[in-house]
Amino acid sequence: MIKFPPRKKFSRWKTRKFGLRMLVSGTAVFALGAAAAFLVTSLHARARAEKPAAASRAAFLQVYRVLTSPRCQNCHPAGDSPLQGDDSHVHLQNVKRGVDGHGKYGMRCDTCHQKANLPGEHMPPGNPKWGLPAPELKMVFVGRRAGELCRQIKDPKQNGRRSLEELFHHVADDDLVGWGWNPGDGRALPPLSRPDTVAQMRIWIDGGAACPE
Amino acid sequence: MTSFFVNGKAVHVDVDPSTPLLWVLRDSLEMTGTKFGCGMALCGACTVHLDGKAIRSCVAPVSRAEGKHVTTIEGLSENLTHPLQKAWIEMDVPQCGYCQSGQIMSAAVLLAENSKPTDQDIDDAMGGNICRCGTYPRIRRAIHRAAELAGQRSAK
Repeated sequence: MIKFPPRKKFSRWKTRKFGLRMLVSGTAVFALGAAAAFLVTSLHARARAEKPAAASRAAFLQVYRVLTSPRCQNCHPAGDSPLQGDDSHVHLQNVKRGVDGHGKYGMRCDTCHQKANLPGEHMPPGNPKWGLPAPELKMVFVGRRAGELCRQIKDPKQNGRRSLEELFHHVADDDLVGWGWNPGDGRALPPLSRPDTVAQMRIWIDGGAACPE
Repeated sequence: MTSFFVNGKAVHVDVDPSTPLLWVLRDSLEMTGTKFGCGMALCGACTVHLDGKAIRSCVAPVSRAEGKHVTTIEGLSENLTHPLQKAWIEMDVPQCGYCQSGQIMSAAVLLAENSKPTDQDIDDAMGGNICRCGTYPRIRRAIHRAAELAGQRSAK
């Protein structure tokens, strides 16, 4: 007859202690895993959110170069006189904004500016809508830092109650805005073409219209 | 053919529609009171009224006048009785006189819109009319005087 050695008996207490330890460490491992997973997921989400926001800010900086080029900012002055020329000097002849943005007395925009550009350097450029923003909503571009101008142009109270999409179409389709890329003889073009500017506007808006600091 | 009114009379001119109104006035209609200064809307010598608003006729294509009323210095009054003409004579404003028809036409728009202009109003209205003789102080005084004369006339 074979004799088996007596089975080693674990005390109930020891069994319970071992089980408890396993439970605690298991929970800890699970919690750690969950935390890590959460961290990774949220970092991913953040990265996903940050990527378009960063692209949006970068796109606005491109648009900003256009907005502050002479062709755009000359009619968005800080004072009540338009600017002119590639050096954005104050318009000669003491031209003023007037109550409707189109000049005063016998010095209205269409006193000299026609519906189209006149050929030749230093001849008056033209467009049917030639004028400045009206005094109650001046939409000043001159002197604005990128972040300031970004926040300003997307604020309906400061942009003529335009939504972002309306702002997009203003840049993409407006006839007077389009003049900036057809400014007549002797005037520099904006640094980006209109299609490129419109494309940057799209990235800016789709990325949440994020603004530089 | 472009048809419009000059000093109340209907005119029909057969010229290229892009011809500056100034050349139609001076060459086609032989009304030489309106002067050519710079041809670039920089000096104001060619100022006339189009439906009561000042325009520089040297850069305005005649097509812009189609169906509208043009007033030139010849049509400001029939016998030099416009308050500005009277004040101009009284103050002996012109020196060489070349810019003066443009000066008076710009001043007429100012007085039509503002019967008692301040010096600032005059600056805002007249900055586009250049006088190489420098008659600006007399122009300013004459505009104030014309406002007085116009006030007296309307009070009668």
